Amino acid sequence: MTDTSKYLSHLELGERDETFLDSNELVINMGPQHPATHGVLRVILKLDGEKVLGTECVIGYLHRGVEKIAENRTYTMFNPYVDRMDYVAAVSNGLGYCEAVEKLLNVEAPPRAKYIRVILTELNRIASHQLWLGTHALDIGAITPLFYTFRDREEILKIFEKYCGARLTTHAFRIGGCQYETYDGFEREVKKFVDFVRPKIDEYEELLTTNRIWVERTKGVGVISDKDSIALGVTGPVLRASGVKWDIRKAQPYAAYSEMDFEIPTGTHGDTYDRYLVRMAEMRQALRIISQAVEKIPEGPIMAKIPKVLKPPVGEIYHSIEAPKGELGYFVVSDGSTQPYRVRVRPPSFVNLQALDLMVRGQLVADVIAVIGTLDIVLGEVDR
Amino acid sequence: MRDYFYSYLKSDATPGAAGNMLWAFIYIMLIFMGLSIAVIAMNWLERKVLAHMQVRLGPMRVGPHGLLQPIADAIKLLIKEDIMPAEADKLVFWMAPLIVVTTAFTTFIVVPFGPQHAVTDMNIGILFMLGVSSLGVLGIVMAGWASNSHYPLIGALRSSAQMVSYEVAMGLAVVSAVLMTSLHGAGIYATGGGSGMGTLSMIEIVRAQQEQQAWFAFKFFPLGLVAMFVFAVAMVAETNRAPFDLPEAESELTAGFHTEYSGFRWSLFFLAEYSAMIAVSSILVTLWLGGWLRPFPNLLAGPAWDLVFSLFPGLTFLALAGLTLFSAARMPKLRYFRVQTIGLAGFGALLGLIGLILFISPVRAWVQDIYWFVAKVAVFMYLYIWYRGTFPRYRFDQLMKVGWKVLLPTGLGVLIVTAIVGVL
Repeated sequence: MTDTSKYLSHLELGERDETFLDSNELVINMGPQHPATHGVLRVILKLDGEKVLGTECVIGYLHRGVEKIAENRTYTMFNPYVDRMDYVAAVSNGLGYCEAVEKLLNVEAPPRAKYIRVILTELNRIASHQLWLGTHALDIGAITPLFYTFRDREEILKIFEKYCGARLTTHAFRIGGCQYETYDGFEREVKKFVDFVRPKIDEYEELLTTNRIWVERTKGVGVISDKDSIALGVTGPVLRASGVKWDIRKAQPYAAYSEMDFEIPTGTHGDTYDRYLVRMAEMRQALRIISQAVEKIPEGPIMAKIPKVLKPPVGEIYHSIEAPKGELGYFVVSDGSTQPYRVRVRPPSFVNLQALDLMVRGQLVADVIAVIGTLDIVLGEVDR
Repeated sequence: MRDYFYSYLKSDATPGAAGNMLWAFIYIMLIFMGLSIAVIAMNWLERKVLAHMQVRLGPMRVGPHGLLQPIADAIKLLIKEDIMPAEADKLVFWMAPLIVVTTAFTTFIVVPFGPQHAVTDMNIGILFMLGVSSLGVLGIVMAGWASNSHYPLIGALRSSAQMVSYEVAMGLAVVSAVLMTSLHGAGIYATGGGSGMGTLSMIEIVRAQQEQQAWFAFKFFPLGLVAMFVFAVAMVAETNRAPFDLPEAESELTAGFHTEYSGFRWSLFFLAEYSAMIAVSSILVTLWLGGWLRPFPNLLAGPAWDLVFSLFPGLTFLALAGLTLFSAARMPKLRYFRVQTIGLAGFGALLGLIGLILFISPVRAWVQDIYWFVAKVAVFMYLYIWYRGTFPRYRFDQLMKVGWKVLLPTGLGVLIVTAIVGVL
């Protein structure tokens, strides 16, 4: 067993009775190889029986130096790399990066491209939430929803594959717009998908929302208040489940979101059950956005006029979008050359993971699993 | 010797009770074999049923419809390297699976598959069964402790706490059923005749249900039903199955108490788990659902109905054969699948042949008790799979809450009310 003492030294574990040997506390390593840590997250747990006294996340097992790679690539060459961060929501990653560089270049994508971007990112949001739901339910012990969600997610991946040839790491957008025009029947297929998946979401809810064990396992588990969420920088559905109505699509509209009519679902208790409900509602809102975008999609070019070699003017820019997991921000610094001077990514998973310790302290081991699931982290994004 | 062999067939006692060691041995072998086949079949069925609940096919590659998958898995487990962790307590680590599997199999000594189809008829049968099956927890604790690893330890502790707490509720439910063997009740609760003697013998309990003309599930309605429900929940917890599968909660403890076990030792745990599932289902069927008795003994009485019900075993096998042959006919007509198709058709023919044999009069009479018993147990085995496909997992404190705050008071209440209603 590796030495874990150095990790937990800073935790305040309360008054200890020194007259006895410290025999009832157990330090276990959850991960990096563990079925429920969604990748290579290592959580060191200090347990008193089943109760969690403290946690420490050890990250970096999937560190690939994505931000450093950016400094050695041109702006265009770096674009596919961002897909590999949050690999279950690659389209959102690409959108954030493309829009950040566009802002730096001071160009704007044409309306048609913006609509295509909205449709694809919202499809990706549904795919990401479906994957989250399946794995989260699996962690809590319900093995069946996983297969249902993966079955339906397949339809989204089929649309991606038809659009850009890739299913997971799509590289769907280019700086300045989209490289590909939509294929024949794109709108029809997206509409068909919306009609297909709407009853399926009801089906997931039927399996879980009123399931007694599911409710007992999630209600009051991993509670985080709105103040704590804001203090920790938590964003996305986790923040909204605590009752904060903050969605970058509404707050700082990007792409074509300002022309869309949708609501921000929020919760009240900030527990795992509310986060579940918020994400379920978000899937429905995403469907609403998609059907509007498909109806209103304008004709026209899909690429803005940008030079072959991108040399943004000297300057820096921060642009953030609402990724499925929260605020995904890109801070891009240009020194006027073809390569970015610095790219800093603000990944939602990384920031949300901070809340883990606060959410699980004093709860039970089984809740750690539920909370990791409900934070919806992707280690590719946490470690970059 | 021949007389010794044949004389038993004419008697109506169990081999153990009749003191016939040869037949007792034969029964032990038959039960051991049948149980192994049942576990293999259950393995295949669980994967298949679960797969179809989850919109997938399940095993399809090894043999037609994956029929040979459990055998392939068994071979894989047997030829795997035997790993014993360096830090493990060798002796305890070695003994733990043996204890678990021995206790799981030993319980079947008293399981009555028919009035004379049991190894022995112990006068404390149900007590023996509960006692021996609860010894299994010892093996689980030993396994968790000997592994000298954190996850198995937590798994073992959870398991022992869980099994001990649910045994209480289970015991109370069993006592209320045992109480029913001697009580007839009055007024609307009056049941038919019977000796009025209380008994703990598994066979006598079924006989009591026969004489009183009421399965205990329907006796003193709804008391019997509630007691059965308490037992049915407790038995799922007792066998560590979903939604009470915390000791081996994959997402939390990787594999719980048997994390460090692999190969043959692991397969012993697997065997024990499934045998235990069959064992507790057998208790339930014996105590509340009339054991080997055919359904609707009162509603559809008479020799004609007896004949109809005695045809069921053969009909079931014929239906299975039909299903198999239908699947064989639906196999792709490619050369690659020819062997599989022939194999499947052969299997269907074998099932059909067994079905036809089961129609022969003496065999029919001999087999129908076993058939009804197995059929009732099979319902509960299916429920086990169904639970697993449907429910999320309880958390440890919630599990304890269900055990101590819901099942225990319910069991106690049912016991008291049963006693009162019975004496009235």
